[in-house]
Amino acid sequence: MKLKKLTGSREFLLFIIVIAMFAIVSIINPAFFSFKAVTDMLRNNAVTLVMALGMLGVMLVGGIDISITSTLALSGMAIGMLLKYGHISSTLVAFLITMGIGTACGALVGLLISRAGVPPIIASMGFMYIYRAMGYLISNGGEWASAAALGDFKNFGTEKLLGLSKVIWVIIVCYIVFFIVMKWTRIGRQIYAVGSNAEAAEVSGIKVKNIKLLVHTVMGFLAGLSGAIQVAVYASAMPNMAQGGEMDVIAACVIGGVSMSGGRGSVIGALLGALIMAMIPKALPLLHIDALWQNMIKGVMILAVVVINVILQRVANRNALARREM
Amino acid sequence: MKKLLSVLLVALLVAGLMTSALAGAADGKKIALVGKSAGNAFFEVAANGFKAAGEAEGAKVDVVYPEDATADAQIKVLDNLISQQPDAICISANDVNALQAKLEEAMDAGIKVSAFDSAPNPASRQVFINQVTNDGVALGLMDAVYDIAGGEGKWAILSATSQAANQNAWIDAMKALMEADEKYAKLELVEVAYGDDEPQKSTDQTQALLDNYPDLKVICAPTTVGIMAAAKLVQDTEGCAVKVTGLGMPSEMLAYTGADDAHSCPYFFLWSMPDLGKMAAYTTIALINGDITGAEGETFTAGDLGEYTITKADDGGTQVILGPLFKFDESNVEEFAKLY
Repeated sequence: MKLKKLTGSREFLLFIIVIAMFAIVSIINPAFFSFKAVTDMLRNNAVTLVMALGMLGVMLVGGIDISITSTLALSGMAIGMLLKYGHISSTLVAFLITMGIGTACGALVGLLISRAGVPPIIASMGFMYIYRAMGYLISNGGEWASAAALGDFKNFGTEKLLGLSKVIWVIIVCYIVFFIVMKWTRIGRQIYAVGSNAEAAEVSGIKVKNIKLLVHTVMGFLAGLSGAIQVAVYASAMPNMAQGGEMDVIAACVIGGVSMSGGRGSVIGALLGALIMAMIPKALPLLHIDALWQNMIKGVMILAVVVINVILQRVANRNALARREM
Repeated sequence: MKKLLSVLLVALLVAGLMTSALAGAADGKKIALVGKSAGNAFFEVAANGFKAAGEAEGAKVDVVYPEDATADAQIKVLDNLISQQPDAICISANDVNALQAKLEEAMDAGIKVSAFDSAPNPASRQVFINQVTNDGVALGLMDAVYDIAGGEGKWAILSATSQAANQNAWIDAMKALMEADEKYAKLELVEVAYGDDEPQKSTDQTQALLDNYPDLKVICAPTTVGIMAAAKLVQDTEGCAVKVTGLGMPSEMLAYTGADDAHSCPYFFLWSMPDLGKMAAYTTIALINGDITGAEGETFTAGDLGEYTITKADDGGTQVILGPLFKFDESNVEEFAKLY
C-alpha cells in the first residue's frame, strides 16, 4: 500500500525524470558525475531554487508574482552600492538589508492584490517595472558593483561550512522550513485551503486576505534573500541582473506539479521542478547543441516534462479510481 | 644648395611655430559637449578627459546632458545650443538618424559638429571620433590569445547573445584574421559559446567549456559580463590552468587581473575613456581652427596623443580612430578601476 502510494505520486514521477536526466548527462559527459559538479550546479541555480519556494506559496493561493527578479535586483543593487561606497561592510547586515527590502517589496505587492483586489499578474507587472527602475536609479543609472567593490561579502559565495557551500546551506534551511510549515502547521493548511476554495476557506474562518498578503510578503522576503545570494555568487551587482529569471521560477513550479489555479503543489515538487530547470541549461551545452537551438530545446523540454507529468498523473488517477470502484 | 637648405629650414621653422601657435589657439572658443544622458559613469570619464584637454588649450567646454536618453531630449538640447552659437558641438548621439535635421541646422549656422562614443549618420556630422575599429579589436584579442596560449592550442570564445551586432562583427573579424595570417595556424578555436550577458548563463557556458575541453588554454570573452563571469569561475576553480582575456571594465576585473596563478586573467582590453575624450577635444578644436574639415585624408596633431589621419568610416562618413585596444594588466588596472 505504502509503495503504491509512493509510486503513484506525481513527485515520484518527477524524481524518476530528475534521476534519468542526471544519468543521461553523466553518461555523455562524465565530468558531471561528481560532488563538485552537482554542488556547483546548485550554487549557480540557488536563486531559482530559493524563489521557487515563494512562488509555490503564491501559486497555491491561485496567484502569480512576476515582480520577483526586479525585487532581487533592487535589493541586490542596494547592498552592492552600500558596500561599494563603504557604508556597510558586514555580510550579516547586507543580508538583513536585502531581506528587509525584499519583504517590504513583497508586502506592497500583496497589499495591492489582497486589499485593492488587483489581479496578481497586473499588480506584480506594475511592480516589476517599478522595482527594476528603482534598481537602476540607485545604481546611478547603470553603475555596477563588482568583485573588488564588494569586499568580504563576496566570500559568502565561495566559503564552506562543514564541507558544503554556505549558499547551499541557505537553500537547505529554506527548504526544511518550508517543508515543515507547509505540511505540519496551521498556516500551511490555511494556504492550501485558500487555494482550493477561497470562499469555503473564508466561511470556515480563515482570513483569506491576510493569507494572500502573507504569501506575497514571504515571496518578497525570499526574492530579497536571493538578491544577496546572487550578488555573492557572481561577485557582482548589476541593475539588470536576473531579468527574465522569474519565468524560470514559474516554470520550475509548473514542472514540479504546482497548479496555476491554486490548491495543488508541494515543496518536494517545487524542489524537483527547480532541479530540472537547473539541469536543462547545464545539459544542453554539454551535449554540444548549437547556441541558437538551446532556447528552443529548453522550451520543448519544459513542455515535454509537464505533458509527461500530466499524462502519468491521469493514468495514476484512473487506476486509483478503478481500485475504488472495485 | 646651402641656400636652398637654409630656406627650407626657415620654412620648416616657421611652419613649426605656426602649428604650435595653432595648437594652443583655442583661446576663448566655446565648445558644447552633449552626452546621451546624465549619470553614466563610463561617459563621464570621457567627458572629463574632453574638458581637461579642451580647457588646457584655452577653450571653454560645457558638458550638457539631455533630460533622458532619447533623441527627442537631445533635440531640445541642440535647439538651445544653436541659439547660443558655440564654436563647436561634439555629441554622443542617442539615435543614428533622428538628429540629422538639428545637426544640419547647427552646421548651417557655422557651428562645427563632431561626434564620439556613439555616431549619428554621416550627414549629421563632420567627423566621428571612433574608439577602435573591428579589425583593431580582432587584432588585439587574437594577439592576446596567441600570447597567453603560447602560440598554439585550443581556445574558445564566450560571447554575449548570438545576435549581438558588435560581438559578432568582432568575432567574424577574428575568424577572418585567423584564416589570413599563418601566425595563428596552430590555434584552434573550438567553440563560440553564448552567455547572453547574464552571469548565470555565462557561468553555465564557461563550466561547459571547461568540462568539454580538458585541454582548453584560453577563453576570450569580448563582452564585459562574459569576461567577468568566466574570470570568476576559472579563478574559483582550483587547479584550473585556463586563462581568460577579452574586453572588460577595469573596476569589474580588478579582482581577477594578475600575472600569477592566483589570478585568472593576465590582461584584458578596452579603450581608454580619458584618451577618447581627449582625442575628441583635439579633433573638435582642429575643426574650429580650420586645420581639418572632416574630409578623408586630412591629418592633424592631437596634442600628446600624436598625429592622426581622417579615414573613411563603415557607415560612409569619415572618422578618426583613437588607436588599437588599450591593455589593462596588473600595472595599471588598479588606477583605471577608480575611473570606470
